[in-house]
Amino acid sequence: MATQTRMVEVRQKVLKQNDVVARALRRRFHEAGVFVVSLVSSPGAGKTAFLEELLSRLGARRHRVAALVGDLATDNDATRLARSGAPVRQITTGTVCHLEAEMVRDALGEWPLGELDFLFVENVGNLVCPASYDLGEDLRLVLFSVTEGEDKPLKYPTIFNTADVAIITKADLAAAVEFDAAQARRSIDSVRPGMPVFELSARTALRMGDWLDDLERRFREYRSERRATASAGLAVDPTANDRVGAAGGRNTGR
Amino acid sequence: MHELSLAISIIDVAAEEAERRGVTVVAVHLRVGPLSGVVKEALLSAYELAREESPLAGARLVIRQTPIVAWCPTCRCERQIESVQRLCCPACDAPTPDVRQGRELEVVALEVSDGNADTHGRSPAEGAQAE
Repeated sequence: MATQTRMVEVRQKVLKQNDVVARALRRRFHEAGVFVVSLVSSPGAGKTAFLEELLSRLGARRHRVAALVGDLATDNDATRLARSGAPVRQITTGTVCHLEAEMVRDALGEWPLGELDFLFVENVGNLVCPASYDLGEDLRLVLFSVTEGEDKPLKYPTIFNTADVAIITKADLAAAVEFDAAQARRSIDSVRPGMPVFELSARTALRMGDWLDDLERRFREYRSERRATASAGLAVDPTANDRVGAAGGRNTGR
Repeated sequence: MHELSLAISIIDVAAEEAERRGVTVVAVHLRVGPLSGVVKEALLSAYELAREESPLAGARLVIRQTPIVAWCPTCRCERQIESVQRLCCPACDAPTPDVRQGRELEVVALEVSDGNADTHGRSPAEGAQAE
């Protein structure tokens, strides 16, 4: 005979192990006061060149910066980034096509995060899988270059929805490839209305200053919000800024 | 590719709840939104692998795909959005960045039979009837 069944309400978000680790990382970063920025893009969009410029320029503006960079193989990127003078560690994933919170945690080890203003995490070149892995970052940049096509955002809506700012790179090549910037901005706005967009070139420094100013503004807001929270004696809600879909997601449009 | 990790987490959530209530799970009911990054078919396949040798070996996974719902600032109401590539109001075309639903991955409910199955896999009710 058929077993009698009944429904029991549960209503519980499914957090995979990564999200649990990401929350702990986020709490650790906030306690240390370090502003964490991650970068995602397809391979070859210019994450490393962009980050190299950022590390140098932020250092010149007297910020204390460090970086983690993920690749399947080689430590070429870490070597390049270290030329800026900032502490850099390479995460070599072997065959894994994205960084996970656990890899970031293990790579950080006992780095004195309290002594940093910015920590950058450069993800493995991939616009698909990183969308599902929160790394505990405060800001996620999605980069695509003028050579990748104006409809790139339409092809990867999920990653654009987990990121905060779009950076269109290699702007110095825009004319040569007849890049339609207005069309690209429309694509971004279609999948993520209100997403801030910066078109720039790391190589020629075109409009890097505008981006740096915006980054510094966000950093100041982060630090003053942190001071306000601390002085009000409020604890930071570790779930408030869970990044990716499986853990709730965020709406920014800031 | 991360669906296996999710399937394991789903089983953990369901098994813990079932033990707490002293029930046997017949089905796990899940809500999945289009912006969760989860592919339904991949999750169903991963679940088949993950449930073997687990406390939920006898339970099936039921997935309900939920729509994207966003707040339209012009119409001043929530709207269902058809396409992940166009987050704008279907009525007035205004951009709708404020996504209210669509990212979820949630165990909504468990379909259960009371008591734990006896060694013949019968529920207490069946067992009593047979005797």
